[in-house]
Amino acid sequence: MNLTLKIWRQKNAKDKGGLVDYKVNDVSPDMSFLEMLDVLNEDLINKDEEPVAFDHDCREGICGMCSLYINGEAHGPDRGVTTCQLHMRMFKDGDTIYIEPFRAAAFPVIKDLIVDRTSFDRIQHAGGFISVNTSGNTIDANAIPINKHDADTAFDAATCIGCGACVASCKNSSAMLFVSAKVSQFALLPQGKIEATDRVLNMVKQMDDEGFGNCTNTGACEVECPKGISLENIARMNREYLKASLKG
Amino acid sequence: MSGILNSSIGRKFAMALSALFLMIFLLQHFAINLMSVFSADTFNEVSHFMGTNWLIQFVMQPILMFGVLFHFIMGFVLEIRNRKARHISYAKNNGAANSTWMSRNMIYSGLFILIFLIIHFLDFWFPEINTKYIIGDMSGMHDGEFRYFHELQEKFVPIWRVALYCIGFVFLALHLLHGFNSAFQSVGANNKYTKGLKGFGKAYAILIPLGFIVIALFHHFNH
Ligand code: HEM
Repeated sequence: MNLTLKIWRQKNAKDKGGLVDYKVNDVSPDMSFLEMLDVLNEDLINKDEEPVAFDHDCREGICGMCSLYINGEAHGPDRGVTTCQLHMRMFKDGDTIYIEPFRAAAFPVIKDLIVDRTSFDRIQHAGGFISVNTSGNTIDANAIPINKHDADTAFDAATCIGCGACVASCKNSSAMLFVSAKVSQFALLPQGKIEATDRVLNMVKQMDDEGFGNCTNTGACEVECPKGISLENIARMNREYLKASLKG
Repeated sequence: MSGILNSSIGRKFAMALSALFLMIFLLQHFAINLMSVFSADTFNEVSHFMGTNWLIQFVMQPILMFGVLFHFIMGFVLEIRNRKARHISYAKNNGAANSTWMSRNMIYSGLFILIFLIIHFLDFWFPEINTKYIIGDMSGMHDGEFRYFHELQEKFVPIWRVALYCIGFVFLALHLLHGFNSAFQSVGANNKYTKGLKGFGKAYAILIPLGFIVIALFHHFNH
């Protein structure tokens, strides 16, 4: 396959940046999208040009680093995958592909296609944990009976890898799917109930302080989420938040 | 509870409450309009009751005013905040791949509803307030008979007004096609019981505005 790429290039956080056209030839349909970018970069390096900076780590769909907005969708046109699991067979020979970084005021660009998602870390720090006494008499989590439905739902929420595709896809750059997954995974379990009130209040406050937008329930996040995190989590977070606000 | 409107979720919750209230009001408004098709007398009597009952006039009406004002002002507030959350827009964005047009354009359907509401107020509400509270005529009579049905018929004679009215309701239908179920999600109701509401929401969003349109056309052609 021969492709034309329109890639966002930006030297650093302060640079204005813009789209630059590149040609890549002899791309195999079996390559992953990141491998295709590796081919491009090798070519750029051979020509003594600056390679395109993009984030990647595990390349097996679980690290959530590859923050690419491809042809107008987070992680490209395939469903339930991150960019490393997106294959070139999803495209046609001769296609023009737009590659942009995830866009949100709370995800500033560091360089080219790499964005700073530490705002997610700060939201986690605000309450995405449980406090456990580890002095030696810790109760084994498996010793506490948990209803199967709650355990499964909490597990589904916990599969969120924090990639930020929800924010990137949302017309409002809302982080509610991410935050609601983190709130839900604890709110459903006995260990998480103890700090539930503070957790949801603090995490939502941090989310608002970071400058993420509000949810309009378009559902774009759920469709684009590589882990299929459900909108039900946002409804649960809204309930948890209202309950917590009433408690004070 | 204090300062709940300072949080994103609190604002959205209040938005949904005002919207749920407006959707209930819309049903009531529709029921009364529908009477005008079947019986001018019933329509006159109900209109007179609604227009002169103190509970409706001085309790329900101010609540409605507040609900409408709150809803569209909060709509603008949310829109402005949401726009600020992304400084640079995508060169290529495929919104249709993951969401409906209606859900992405609530502010535009809302704006058209607002334009419609302004015209609607100029047509019906301001003259009504003028007659009742400024001129001071609470009788509801004109030339010895109730005036309400007549006034309604008069309004739907000019085709331009009927057309505007219809367009207004098409936008309301678009607004509600997303809004109905969105409001439930916003107040935290998304579970096995609300799944069945999806179809009901679609029916409500299409049938109620369509009903208003049919009533307007009925009066236009039956004058
Ligand atoms: C007066 C002009 C109006 C404007 C400017 C307006 C604007 C908006 C906006 C911007 C939203 C989306 C808010 C968000 O989620 O970010 C919205 C939601 C909604 N609107 Fe309106 N609207 C108007 C009138 C109405 C009317 C007359 C009704 C019903 C009879 C209505 C029902 C709804 C519903 C059900 C929602 C969904 C609430 C939610 O998502 O929680 N709107 N409106």
